Amino acid sequence: MAGTGTAHLRSGEDVVLRVEDLTVEFHTAAGTVHAVSGISLDVRAGETLGLVGESGCGKSTTGRAIMQLPPPTSGQVLFEGKDLASLSGQQLREVRTRLQFIFQDPISSLNPRRKVKDIVAEPLRIWKRGTDAERRARVAEVLDAVGLDPTVAADKRPHQFSGGQCQRISIARSLVLEPTLVICDEPVSALDVSVQAQILNLLEDMKERYGLTLIFIAHDLAVVKNISDRVAVMYLGKICEVGSPDDLYATPAHPYTAALLRSIPVPDPTVPPAQTGLLTGDLPSPLDPPSGCRFRTRCPNAQERCAYEEPQVRPIGDEHYVACHFPVHGADAPAGEVPVGVTGSTA
Amino acid sequence: MARRIIAAPSVEGPLLVVDDFRTHFRTDGGTVRAVDGVSLTLERGRTLGIVGESGSGKTVLSRSIMGLLTARNVVRTGSVKLNGQELVGASNAEMRALWGTEMAMVFQDPMTSLNPVMKIGRQITEGLRFHLKVPKDEARAQALSLLESVGIPDPKRRLDQYPHELSGGMRQRVTIAIALACGPHLLFADEPTTALDVTVQAQILNLLQEQQRERYMAMVLVTHDLGVVAGRTDEIAVMYAGQIVEKAPTSTLFANVRMPYTEALLKSIPKLEQPSHTRLQIIGGRPPDLVNPPHGCRFAPRCPYAQPKCHAEMPPLVEAEPPGHEYRCWFPVGTEAGREALERNLAEHVPAAEAAVTGDSHAAGLVDTAGLVDTADHGGEA
Repeated sequence: MAGTGTAHLRSGEDVVLRVEDLTVEFHTAAGTVHAVSGISLDVRAGETLGLVGESGCGKSTTGRAIMQLPPPTSGQVLFEGKDLASLSGQQLREVRTRLQFIFQDPISSLNPRRKVKDIVAEPLRIWKRGTDAERRARVAEVLDAVGLDPTVAADKRPHQFSGGQCQRISIARSLVLEPTLVICDEPVSALDVSVQAQILNLLEDMKERYGLTLIFIAHDLAVVKNISDRVAVMYLGKICEVGSPDDLYATPAHPYTAALLRSIPVPDPTVPPAQTGLLTGDLPSPLDPPSGCRFRTRCPNAQERCAYEEPQVRPIGDEHYVACHFPVHGADAPAGEVPVGVTGSTA
Repeated sequence: MARRIIAAPSVEGPLLVVDDFRTHFRTDGGTVRAVDGVSLTLERGRTLGIVGESGSGKTVLSRSIMGLLTARNVVRTGSVKLNGQELVGASNAEMRALWGTEMAMVFQDPMTSLNPVMKIGRQITEGLRFHLKVPKDEARAQALSLLESVGIPDPKRRLDQYPHELSGGMRQRVTIAIALACGPHLLFADEPTTALDVTVQAQILNLLQEQQRERYMAMVLVTHDLGVVAGRTDEIAVMYAGQIVEKAPTSTLFANVRMPYTEALLKSIPKLEQPSHTRLQIIGGRPPDLVNPPHGCRFAPRCPYAQPKCHAEMPPLVEAEPPGHEYRCWFPVGTEAGREALERNLAEHVPAAEAAVTGDSHAAGLVDTAGLVDTADHGGEA
């Protein structure tokens, strides 16, 4: 896979964010890094879109490019119907009040010298929202919402909190301006499992309380399944597969998704770890990605066609899309081209 | 197939016996009881999983057994016997004779555990040359076969490359090759796959298992991920606040959890088979301060089952049926006493019990900002 195309995009007024043919390239001394290459996504109001993939797949770059941090090399990012790339700096800053970001490392993303109340109030101060008293009340309200006692936490500094508590402060800061869309980039991967569960539950609660729309970026498939309404799997700067979590995890269509799911260690000793059907080798360099389908060099189903023709995203089931010539489920590949072992590899 | 050093069982009795072992750090803020009375036994060729969250003492335990904590503020007491030889109090020279040949370690981060300015080949042959006095050419030939056996393609070329020329997964294969070079009887793998992607993780764990079986080597697999140890260990020890709180053969532990902490840990992990938006159970609060740990059970302040007795008296590690299953709890999960304790707590709206049931740490008032400590216990594995 790893293909382009827009078959999975939806129409309708409730689409908050629409990303079309997004490309991000970095020019380095070693050549051009093709970090994100023509991906399209959309998110409906109140939905959580999970963006999942291994390191180097471009999931974080996608999240940042949506925020225009930095702006993408090409492609459109339509937020509330406006193309963010066409906005001036001032207009973009204004839009970002409704488009917030939560970073992976909760400790380094908070200024260690400032008190929690100032960190959380800063967006309000910058936008001159309300009087001092109103701001204080608002800060207390969001701190309380994320599960921190404002009377205790407000005058402390980040180092006095644990990682999980710092992530709560980050969440409070992102919510204080009442955003529409929050992009969470690996918000729980630096946390212990017991704390991770607290933060995942908190995000679900905040989504309900403030009517948020989320983009949740993570490498952990189980975490993404838990929180998402729709999941997009990425590989080397391309979209592999898009679908509802229950559907996509039960019947992965893309060989990469299937291999990824097989690799996850299951906390159950009666399930022996997979010894076969695992991916071999390493991620190819994004400096010189493979021709055609970018996954073909590690794909068990790869055929000659995959090398010269890039697969396009196409429907394969109800709200389930795949970019692959030879998907492992519901395969409708042209007769005679179905490689031997396609069905076997899903076992 | 090139020559390989295979560990052969030589001495009778268990390979590793750890008895009431403690590792404390003297600091300005008081004595941190990082490992506080751990006992365990490991037979030859077996795999022990040590599971715990950050700060549970699992990494300190493995490093302290290896004798890698040599700073002057480290106080090690109790006993660690490898093949009958006492390691607590052993001199550096004595330890040096054991490192590599008797026990070795694979570290979490392959980016930092390799020397960036030394070629891969030299890093592998270093141990062979130093410990086993293998001649240069032969050491290089052995390094080549080691790289082959850990699944590195084109090993001949890799010998003359530097670590930065290899991917993360390949580097971890190199550190495994280094650890295996002198044929140790005991391998510590401390979070060997935490820094790696999930597809690479599966490859590395399979490699470790295969090498362990082939060499009849005992392995201690230290991890925070219960999924990693579930299918790959004979026995699991769960650590909390410097102590082992439950220890059992792997299948027994998962089928028959007794310790509330283990139960809570298992229930807080999102699972692939659960439908999306399944409410996760949480463990409210945070691990205790290891300078002044609670007098009673160290998990009691966060435990849904905790009773007054738990706060007053530390439960001993007791053996249960079937033999080999030990846990540290007054009101164990799955027993009449445990059931009653949980019901009583729910009836009395004890926050920890409600949090475990509703998954809502906030309503349960468990996010205790009042008890903030001054050290940020950054989650994950630093």
